[in-house]
Amino acid sequence: MSIDLPSSLPRESVLSLILALADDELMLGHRDSEWTGHSPILEEDIAFSNIAQDELGHSLVWYSLYEQLTGKSPDAMAFERSWSEFACCHFVTYPKGDFGYTVVRQYLFDEAEQARLAAFEQSTLQSLREISGKLIREEAYHLLHSKGLVERLGDATEESHRHMQAGVDQAFPQALGMFEKLEGEDGLIEKGVFPGNDALKREWLDRVVPMLTSAKLTVPASQTNGSHIVDIKPDDGGRKKSHTQHLKQLVDDLQQVYRIAPKAKW
Amino acid sequence: MQLPDERTIWRELEKITDPEIPVLSLVDMKIIREVTVRDGKVSVSISPTFVGCPALDHIKDEIKTRLAGLGFADVEILTTYTPPWSSDMLDENAREKLRAFGIAPPAQTSEIPATLIIPAACPFCGSMHTHMEGEFGATLCKQLFYCDDCRQSFERFKTV
Repeated sequence: MSIDLPSSLPRESVLSLILALADDELMLGHRDSEWTGHSPILEEDIAFSNIAQDELGHSLVWYSLYEQLTGKSPDAMAFERSWSEFACCHFVTYPKGDFGYTVVRQYLFDEAEQARLAAFEQSTLQSLREISGKLIREEAYHLLHSKGLVERLGDATEESHRHMQAGVDQAFPQALGMFEKLEGEDGLIEKGVFPGNDALKREWLDRVVPMLTSAKLTVPASQTNGSHIVDIKPDDGGRKKSHTQHLKQLVDDLQQVYRIAPKAKW
Repeated sequence: MQLPDERTIWRELEKITDPEIPVLSLVDMKIIREVTVRDGKVSVSISPTFVGCPALDHIKDEIKTRLAGLGFADVEILTTYTPPWSSDMLDENAREKLRAFGIAPPAQTSEIPATLIIPAACPFCGSMHTHMEGEFGATLCKQLFYCDDCRQSFERFKTV
């Protein structure tokens, strides 16, 4: 079933936004799923398997919206595109690393999701409002979990602190790439589709900086006049579909079975 | 041939149970939300409990198969988020069926973090001396608990 966008909305920009959301979820879901069978403890194996399944489900919802607007099926989007056609940020494509990196990445992503989805609940685009209203309640469990891990591991022992701090040092500049400006974003802001990536980033910083700091982790951000500023170079490029070899490896893995028999019925 | 009316369609759909919880029908659970018939074409609106639920494809196939059995060849299944599925939609009847099956019904709160501390009554012995073993469970919609009195594991439906 296809739907039409209100003609007042900039169509290509809306599609760029939806694609970024879908591609982010697909890639992080895949990376999270790489912990299945390999997590340090059973509860975390179950947790990340659940979170991964949720993320893949969320990607399906965004791809389904994309399909309603373009006719391109979720399977085609996930399995038939070349790695140079994805619009995910670099952050979600990197290998899972050690558990400290994974926990920090998940936490930073989950806080960004909270900010994004809460903003979309006020969108002038009905589909965005409705989908976000559903997703935000599922995401709440992810944030509850990742935040709990950051709190516990941040300053539990010298070893846990070391892994977590290394995770923050590595992940923070990468995370900023989640907020890389989209093409045509100003048009979306003007029409009330969403408040824009700069606003979301500020909201995100206001959440993650105090939280990480309270877990005794050092964050490359400072505070001036009540706002948080970061002066490190963000790991941008993903939204412009310029990627590293890590995404190529991920996509080769993800599409491996499909490529062998694209017409197979499962 | 006269096609069956809407009431007959609903009665047929009521027979479809949740693959994971075979005591609850999808209509009981409010997963099947709306049915409209126009010119012999049926549109069924569903709302998933969790959007990543792997049973969704099976559920859609089941709906189509059953309606085909009634004579409807043209069936469209739409996913609706107006409003999104909520565990509040499980009424007392559905909650009791969950308990009888051995699954504690969802905590009734609008604050997801509160579910970490809201206790669950053991569906087997009724005791409140239970604790959460895992925030996540064997399926997306459940979390793992343990009863310190009758010493059995059980699952609780997640609040969402």
